Amino acid sequence: MISILSNVYAGVIALAGEAAEQSSSGWFGDLWNKLRDDFINNFIAKDRYQYLLKGLGVTFEVTFFAALLGILLGIIVALIRSSHDKLADELRPGFFKVLLAVFNALSNLYLTVVRGTPVVVQLMIAYFIIFATSNNKVLVAILAFGINSGAYVAEIIRSGIMSIDIGQFEAGRSLGFGYIRTMIYIIIPQAIKNVLPALANEFIVLIKETSVSGYVGLQDLTKGGDIIRSRTYSAFMPLIAVAAIYLVIVIFFSKLVTLLERRLRNSDR
Amino acid sequence: MIAEKGDVIISVKDLKKYYNGEAIKALDGITTDIKKGEVVVVIGPSGSGKSTFLRSLNLLERPTSGTITFNGTDITSKETDINKLRQKMGMVFQHFNLFPHLTIMKNMTLGPIKLRGMSKVEAEKRAKLLLGRVGLQDRADAYPSQLSGGQKQRIAIVRALAMEPDVMLFDEPTSALDPEMVGEVLEVMKQLAKSGMTMVCVTHEMGFAREVGTRVIFMDCGKIIEENTPEQIFTNPQNERLVSFLKKVL
Repeated sequence: MISILSNVYAGVIALAGEAAEQSSSGWFGDLWNKLRDDFINNFIAKDRYQYLLKGLGVTFEVTFFAALLGILLGIIVALIRSSHDKLADELRPGFFKVLLAVFNALSNLYLTVVRGTPVVVQLMIAYFIIFATSNNKVLVAILAFGINSGAYVAEIIRSGIMSIDIGQFEAGRSLGFGYIRTMIYIIIPQAIKNVLPALANEFIVLIKETSVSGYVGLQDLTKGGDIIRSRTYSAFMPLIAVAAIYLVIVIFFSKLVTLLERRLRNSDR
Repeated sequence: MIAEKGDVIISVKDLKKYYNGEAIKALDGITTDIKKGEVVVVIGPSGSGKSTFLRSLNLLERPTSGTITFNGTDITSKETDINKLRQKMGMVFQHFNLFPHLTIMKNMTLGPIKLRGMSKVEAEKRAKLLLGRVGLQDRADAYPSQLSGGQKQRIAIVRALAMEPDVMLFDEPTSALDPEMVGEVLEVMKQLAKSGMTMVCVTHEMGFAREVGTRVIFMDCGKIIEENTPEQIFTNPQNERLVSFLKKVL
């Protein structure tokens, strides 16, 4: 923030100097000209806007598929963890109970490791160690961010499942629905509705987290802006542009979620 | 097997439910038969195990030992598909437990469509008939949160009836209601009893027990203390615990 301000300040000083020399146009006009030249130099010249456009495409691609993977993983892990708690009494000792206990332990390990380490480190481990032989940066990023997001989604969904009154579960079972169908028709729809704001927040975080993709050389939106900066030696335009694009995406997405929430709230009137 | 009136529909033998090893005996050896067309009312002080008993009948509580036979099938057996049997045992809860994310119509048709494979049209036709029976046909598209407590409980009853059960279990169906709404729910239950439905009802409504019940079971400390016709229970109680209980509630 400070560097941006000082940048603007430096720009303004320089402009003021130029303005003094060129008496033909006013001070404001010079600032305008300077910004316009800056803009043209950073984005239009040599089609540099392509870096941002392509980067934005990559950011979308990684975020979208990582979110899908995260939801899938999250629901599976949440179901394993809450089933392990809920079915402890009902299940008789046997193969299935042991299997569930094993999966539960694996889920706990997954949550601990993923939530206990920074996403940048996970991304680098994925790219430089686990998939060292792969050159598909997008795919590796999708896997790394998806696996990371899945851990947070799992806990969000599990808290949603736990927040549903036990009576809902009993009502479903007493009609004759099995455990899984009670979950699908009765518990999960209510749970998702309750955690929608938290889920939306997780995806807003995810969009922004993908900005560390540059660490493995993936040219996402942030990296695109970075490349422009390294070509033009001007920080102001590319960074502000990148920030503004993220901001617009997040605002648009938040609006979308608000609309969805309003629709789902029909039953609360 | 189609049970005739008077045939035993649920048979309970030496049912026990212990918590913490044997520290807490919620049910301590219950044995009774419930016959087709009976309206069995279970009364007793709180903590006597009457709700646990009722919830054991469809295995919402898993008994520690003992057997429950429903329509000739031992439901406590490992091989029994409890989900199949629960379809034939309707249950009504103290707190209604309607599905808040579904409309009344969907609450009532979810089971018939998904579990009994009924078509949507057929399920909705039947649901409308049932809603008419409880005077709520105009609320089909409402959500549960838009209904009063009494209306919710009437919907909960017809939701269970939509599965066309052989027996209806009521777990204190009027205890969570405002006093002025108790009557409308009891009226529905009375109609149901008149139609010949087999009912097991845990309740504090002694008036209902006396008027509608064909048999009253008095429980205390996880045991059946006394079991008789309402007439005998209320006018000629034998056990002293029943006498003192009735003194408090009547």
